[in-house]
Amino acid sequence: MNIAVLIKQVPDTETVIKIADDGKSIKTDDIKWIMNPYDEYAVEAALRLKEKTRGKVTIISTGPQRVVESIRTALAMGADEGVLVDDPALEGSDVFGVAKALAAVVKELNPDVILCGHRAVDYDEGQRGAAVAEMLGLPHIPFAVAIDVDDGATKVKVDRPVEGGKMSLEASLPVLITLGGAHAIWNPRYASLPGIMKAKKKPLATKTLSDLGIDSSEVGPDARKIRIISMEMPPEREPGKIINGDLDTEGKAKELVRVLKEEVKIL
Amino acid sequence: MAGGVCVLTEFQDGDFRKVSYEVASEGKRVADALGCDLCAVVLGSGIGDKAGVLGKYGVSRAIVADDERLANYTAEAYVPVLSEILKELEPDVVLLPASLNGKDLGARLAAHLQTGLAMDCTEFKVEDGTIKAKRPLFAGKCFGWYEWDSSARPQIASCRPNVFERTVVDEGASAEISAVTPAVPSELKVQVVSVEKEEGGKIDLTEAEVIVSGGRGMKGPENFKMLEELAQLLGAAVGASRAAVDAGWRPHSDQVGQTGKVVTPNLYIAVGISGAIQHLAGMGSSKYIVAVNKDPDAPIFSKADYGIVEDLFKFIPIFTEEVKKAKG
Ligand SMILES: Cc1cc2nc3c(=O)[nH]c(=O)nc-3n(C[C@@H](O)[C@H](O)[C@H](O)COP(=O)(O)OP(=O)(O)OC[C@H]3O[C@@H](n4cnc5c(N)ncnc54)[C@H](O)[C@@H]3O)c2cc1C
Ligand SMILES: Cc1cc2nc3c(=O)[nH]c(=O)nc-3n(C[C@H](O)[C@H](O)[C@H](O)COP(=O)(O)OP(=O)(O)OC[C@H]3O[C@@H](n4cnc5c(N)ncnc54)[C@H](O)[C@@H]3O)c2cc1C
Repeated sequence: MNIAVLIKQVPDTETVIKIADDGKSIKTDDIKWIMNPYDEYAVEAALRLKEKTRGKVTIISTGPQRVVESIRTALAMGADEGVLVDDPALEGSDVFGVAKALAAVVKELNPDVILCGHRAVDYDEGQRGAAVAEMLGLPHIPFAVAIDVDDGATKVKVDRPVEGGKMSLEASLPVLITLGGAHAIWNPRYASLPGIMKAKKKPLATKTLSDLGIDSSEVGPDARKIRIISMEMPPEREPGKIINGDLDTEGKAKELVRVLKEEVKIL
Repeated sequence: MAGGVCVLTEFQDGDFRKVSYEVASEGKRVADALGCDLCAVVLGSGIGDKAGVLGKYGVSRAIVADDERLANYTAEAYVPVLSEILKELEPDVVLLPASLNGKDLGARLAAHLQTGLAMDCTEFKVEDGTIKAKRPLFAGKCFGWYEWDSSARPQIASCRPNVFERTVVDEGASAEISAVTPAVPSELKVQVVSVEKEEGGKIDLTEAEVIVSGGRGMKGPENFKMLEELAQLLGAAVGASRAAVDAGWRPHSDQVGQTGKVVTPNLYIAVGISGAIQHLAGMGSSKYIVAVNKDPDAPIFSKADYGIVEDLFKFIPIFTEEVKKAKG
């Protein structure tokens, strides 16, 4: 089974976000970059499919050279090859710009299954998976919490949450699946030391837009359908109030009930 | 009718989901500001004449596609049907719920129509005859305002549940219903095999008015009974920190935070949760935050409107009793 995984490098979730001087982007100095957590689940899911079907896993990303480190991490976990689209013309694209580049790489690989996170934890758009599938004319299934493939590798079965329950779906191949769930569901494996050594020798190609036959006017800021015009911080919360420490436990409980009644108005 | 605002509703198991009314209400506000009409598109099965109720929220016309094959959402079945209807309507603005299905539908629909989507919005404004949308970035660590290119129509935006007020504008009104025969593709590559609902119609965290969440301080899965009892009294849903989910005490769907659910309840009660940045990102936009923690220096107190420095095992049972008394 031929599996492609789309990964994005995002600021570490520990990052305190600050707005840059232009008022519409974030400060990126001092940021530590990590693989988007949902994409880590996608790599794990891909490796499990590979183990079951003796397949091959290709990691695809776009971004500057720093992204190589995240691709190497995926290779060290057990993926086979990597492709990075590094082209300054992609900077400041909306969902479609980057999706175009990703779709072009995927098309050349002709995979049976394409996996990616359901959202990247930076811009939180949750759109690229569906956009790539649309561009390739493939169906997609969102928010997977379980993925299984039949023995002949002709069909996948996917579980996804719905509000208050879950849904099981089946799809023929090829199909794109976006990963949901939480760390506890997928428990992505760590890269082993031998894995890290091997990853250094695995093929990792860098491509530009012209390698993919994409004109730079189709991507980037000028091709945006939707643009960020400004950013703002959430409203400061008023400094909190510690309920009087001199009260005993019962006193505090009574005081909290009063607050819920009179201020929050839920009782 | 070209132009105007169109809302997509969510019809499931014989009724509209609550967020549909929130989206219709916001749609009405946007339509009024633009000085145009509001219509709705209702996809599902067994809708009958139930769509009339949308009139109360200001929808003048509801286009209804009632078909067994639309009983359960898949993008593959829904998108062709919707895009056909929207091509006819040519609305300027399309609003839909940022529920799980709505998020997925919006993404695929926007890609199909090659237009822009603002995902999971929390506010709209109308300026110079066009809309701008505000949405959280980095799980709410900051916000971005978006505008659409003039070539990108319709302007599609999904609305975060629990944020937009439901407003009945005319109790007696009923939406005019236009039934259409949906263009569901004859061959679907994705099939729904089964849908299982949890017992007791559990409230989803993203739609709950009140959330009681427990963290590592709960010490074990059995102690969550205490929070469940309190939640029941408050009509709340129970959430958890990643530490509690990783420990296997709670299901993954309960995780609140940057890599879990981002929630906006009226009241969030954090019990035995330290307040790591990833957790705060997911619940920091709650209207009121109460924290119960024995460590007075826990970072959660910096976000809490009301802090209780107590051992939770002592405090929660007494507090639960007091809530019972207050409810009479
Ligand atoms: C300086 C700057 C300016 C920007 N201006 C705008 C703007 O004006 N308008 C606008 O809409 N957006 C803008 N963006 C954000 C934009 O490019 C988003 O990244 C984009 O909208 C997609 O959203 P997302 O990254 O949240 O991806 P999602 O849609 O949440 O990603 C889902 C999945 O797709 C895959 N994926 C996403 N990105 C990549 C990638 N690069 N490589 C490989 N796989 C990937 C991953 O598997 C990911 O889990 C700007 C970003 C920057 C840095
Ligand atoms: C990539 C990544 C993504 C992450 N995403 C998320 C996410 O989405 N959501 C999330 O929650 N976390 C997330 N985390 C984890 C996060 O960093 C914290 O580790 C986690 O939130 C801690 O959970 P906690 O507050 O329950 O546990 P702890 O930090 O261990 O806090 C337990 C608290 O309980 C208090 N306590 C203990 N006993 C008692 C008692 N008897 N009475 C009262 N108080 C008591 C303690 O004082 C302490 O403050 C993520 C981490 C990473 C690296």
